Amino acid sequence: MLQYEFMQNAFIVATVISILCGVIGVFITIRHLSFLTHTLSEIGFAGASFGLWLGWTPLNGMLLFTIFSALAAGTANRNRPLKSTVISLISAFFMGLGVLFLSISQANSSYATNILFGSIVGISNHDVIQILLIALGELVVVFLLYRRLKFTFFDPLGAQNSIRHSWAINLLFLIMMSLSVSVVSQIVGSLLVFALLTLPAAAAQFFGRSTSSLIGLSIVFALVGTWLGLFLGYLTNLPVTFFITTVETIIYLGSALINKSLTLGIFHKS
Amino acid sequence: MTAQALIQVKNLKMRFDQHLIFENISFEVLQGDFFCIVGPNGSGKTTLLKILLGQLTPTSGQVQRQVDNSKIGYVPQFRNLDIEYPLSARSFVALKLSHSLIPWLSRSERQLVQNSLAQVHLTSKSSFRVGQMSGGEKQRAYLAQAIVNQPEILILDEPTASLDEHAKFLVMDVVQELNDRGTTVILISHDSSVLQRFGKHKLELTGAKD
Repeated sequence: MLQYEFMQNAFIVATVISILCGVIGVFITIRHLSFLTHTLSEIGFAGASFGLWLGWTPLNGMLLFTIFSALAAGTANRNRPLKSTVISLISAFFMGLGVLFLSISQANSSYATNILFGSIVGISNHDVIQILLIALGELVVVFLLYRRLKFTFFDPLGAQNSIRHSWAINLLFLIMMSLSVSVVSQIVGSLLVFALLTLPAAAAQFFGRSTSSLIGLSIVFALVGTWLGLFLGYLTNLPVTFFITTVETIIYLGSALINKSLTLGIFHKS
Repeated sequence: MTAQALIQVKNLKMRFDQHLIFENISFEVLQGDFFCIVGPNGSGKTTLLKILLGQLTPTSGQVQRQVDNSKIGYVPQFRNLDIEYPLSARSFVALKLSHSLIPWLSRSERQLVQNSLAQVHLTSKSSFRVGQMSGGEKQRAYLAQAIVNQPEILILDEPTASLDEHAKFLVMDVVQELNDRGTTVILISHDSSVLQRFGKHKLELTGAKD
């Protein structure tokens, strides 16, 4: 399987993206930002089709739209979270915009499927390098700002008095979220970024008791999903995305079940 | 020898739009003091705290502080970490040690975390999840985080609200112990049973009359 270049590329990208999702996802889930992640990915869909229309790669179009949206959301709403109705409105508008760009770019329907549901085995060498650079850049930023990010995200009220410019950290994180959404879309598609950005981190919450253990578990859960997904996709010729989302769902449900039985066990003992 | 004034407030006035919160507030908090700010809901207690912390600018008046924010431990009201909150008490306390660029804690930082958990009598529960602790234990975990980098002033906003009598005095006894060891305490409360037993100086906010 690994003798094929497209499979090598797929495994490299899947590994790096799983690590990125493991790290970023922990901060997304603790602040309950999953819905915003989904909105960003729908904005990304519009960006990808816009890119297609202009003859760019979908990834570049996606980056442009999501980063711009993150900057707009972060600067307009320093103190107030966006209302869910406003988020729904933005999602709907951008999905519509995406359909328009796809239509006027006269791309065939397989492009739309690739953007919406992912096409990891069709990834080019150029894309691999760009994805690696983005992911690496994000991981370096998280490494350097790790303690500040931790405090701001895991205890925003407590951090208020200790961390100056916590709004800047929030804005920076929004930008990192957009970058992550854009690169993760390359694997699972913009409609299913949830599967890697939030499910592994949410499953990790059942077991982890420190930020580092949450991140470690979340990376492992994401890796199991992407590696197994690629392997099963190769064996069966069915979509990789289907396997990744299924494995991640099973991991989440299994973790919830184990956690429940552990809790009940403790009650029985006492 | 008279104690040094760590905070001096003169003729403070605060107004939000047309609404006067308070005016003519003057007081000083001395080193080693246990200073209570009391008053009914809406009298501006939390607003006054936020001014002392530099989070709000008063409409007029002066606030002089001899210590900067890094030497102030603050326990805000309404933390409300829910049952799903994953971090252990140890990890939660360590969050406050946020100014280093190195992701992992040094040995001396781990020691600081242990010490502050010991000071609030939570050593045996340091690996328990904060979200699953009782109200009183949670409050002591918040306290441990506030004192982890050994602040000169500890500011507490209604730390005993929604606690039962037993838990309330467990928390306040810890605060008293910290004060006995030299930490200056500023406490906001409207709990008369707490205020009868604790505090050296009191400032009463009555609420503006307009």
